[in-house]
Amino acid sequence: MIQNVQSAADLAPAYDLVVVGAGPAGLSAAIEASTHGLAVLLADENESPGGQIYRSVDRASDADLTRMGPDYAAGRRLIERFRSADLSYARRATVWSVGPADEETGDGAHALEVGISLGGIARPIAADRVILATGALERPFPFPGWTMPGVMAAGAAQILVKSSGLVPSGRTILAGTGPLLYLLASQLLRAGVSVTAVVDTTPVENCRLALPHLLSFATSPYALKGLKLLLDVHRRTRVIRGVTAIEAFGSGQFSALRVRRGKKSLHIQGDLLLLHQGIAPNLNLTLAAGCDYVWDERLAAFRPTVDVCGASSVPGVSIAGDAAGIVGAVASALQGELAGLTAALDLNRLGQGAYQQRRNQLSRELALALRGRTFIEHRFRPGKTFRVPEDDGTIACRCEEITVGKLREVAALGVPGPNQMKAFTRCGMGPCQGRLCGLTAVELLAQYRDVSPGEVGYYRLRPPIKPVTLGELAALPHTEIAIVAVAGFVERAADGAQGK
Amino acid sequence: MFRRLSDRKESSVSFTFNGVPTMASQGDSVAAALLAAGHCSTRRTPVSGAARGPYCMMGVCFECLVKIDGRPNRQGCMTTVVTGMRVETQDGAAMPGQEE
Repeated sequence: MIQNVQSAADLAPAYDLVVVGAGPAGLSAAIEASTHGLAVLLADENESPGGQIYRSVDRASDADLTRMGPDYAAGRRLIERFRSADLSYARRATVWSVGPADEETGDGAHALEVGISLGGIARPIAADRVILATGALERPFPFPGWTMPGVMAAGAAQILVKSSGLVPSGRTILAGTGPLLYLLASQLLRAGVSVTAVVDTTPVENCRLALPHLLSFATSPYALKGLKLLLDVHRRTRVIRGVTAIEAFGSGQFSALRVRRGKKSLHIQGDLLLLHQGIAPNLNLTLAAGCDYVWDERLAAFRPTVDVCGASSVPGVSIAGDAAGIVGAVASALQGELAGLTAALDLNRLGQGAYQQRRNQLSRELALALRGRTFIEHRFRPGKTFRVPEDDGTIACRCEEITVGKLREVAALGVPGPNQMKAFTRCGMGPCQGRLCGLTAVELLAQYRDVSPGEVGYYRLRPPIKPVTLGELAALPHTEIAIVAVAGFVERAADGAQGK
Repeated sequence: MFRRLSDRKESSVSFTFNGVPTMASQGDSVAAALLAAGHCSTRRTPVSGAARGPYCMMGVCFECLVKIDGRPNRQGCMTTVVTGMRVETQDGAAMPGQEE
């Protein structure tokens, strides 16, 4: 049975393994490591386990499961296995830093330290191994009007159905590209939502680019599912293809979408606009932990570099699932298992022979689960103009309201990277810490300098990767040396007693 | 702009939004509850004062920042509604010292 960690006081000072994120990768990693006797803490930000894909699946009704389909329902078994595993689970917990243990505050026995906040109290937790399974984010989709109320991410609509049984009540338009767009369209249609149109922004040339990878896709489990989905959506709503630009209109709230197809344009009235153009690895914690990363041209995103078992460039820190590159739920779970298994080997809870055997088996399953992804990546790669908008008035940084035009102005000054751009404009300096503008800023700069985004690099991310109050930080335990350094003296218990 | 599916049968929870009694379903996040109650614009930005509402619903975009029980800058989508919760819109930046 899992141990629910209710408050910071319930946290042990140290664990063999800390897993961050309770999606398929994190759950599988935690389960696997715990079966080998590791003391595991799984920390997750959400109310219940499952990540975004299996969100609220443990309290879903039969009607919910039918609506969301078998890939969602599959999460139930994973969560049941998790609930019966012997490990600690901290829900509603924010992990805001991961790094090498502090020489002063560390216990000397554990290599890593994890900064975690639970119920408004922050704690440093020591760990031998850390597995980051922080999943993916929806790729930014900047175009004029995307910040308006009534314009939301497609993933947000899925979250609302899964966790609250809420579906759009008015005329709903879906725009963008990628399998999730069609999946959501089909789920909403099944729930009786009035989906006015699916505005497909997939570049026309993608079909040709994806063609060489068709065979492996056709023989993958994705093929039949994908085909059914496309047919279902085409039969039940209007699908507009070959779209070259979109713009949202409304006074204070979204009311219409202008769709351009080359020289022609049309207006579609609607009450809600849902956007999606693929997902990208969530980099904030992995990069703040100091993990090396590369630009992945096929994903059109950065991803941390990992070996076959998920080990990152930082000793003791592994990354599993979509956080290391978009692989989907099934492969994420397998990568999580592999990372959990490797942690058990590293900490001598497993013999080399048994490890190799299991690792080979998992690798085979993983290869099978990844089949067809290359086709999907090429087929649904979002177009350049939807990643870096041509319209200078488009907001790139939602938090600080910095336009693409402003970024171009600063690019013209010769800034070498997004960090300098941030210093000049505040782009990426708001509370989302670049999650909604990072890729846009980097690609814009790369375009301007005519180099690869890999050369431009990403924001220099630092902990805390989520807002932590000064009160929480001040309440962290401090060493005597640290207190003397700041206050000049240490108030001892005996001194306090004198005062009473 | 959102409606509750009829096969959902959670018990209801009451909270206030800008002082107005509002109903939510058990387990709703603050952002979900506000959308369900018809509020798609839930704050004004500190820079231009533009209206914004929940965007990602997964704790990433910080568009659904609200004041909850007097504390500003709370992520509405990451906080579960409880009975008697006091939710208020946050117009512009929350100044230090505003915390009650």
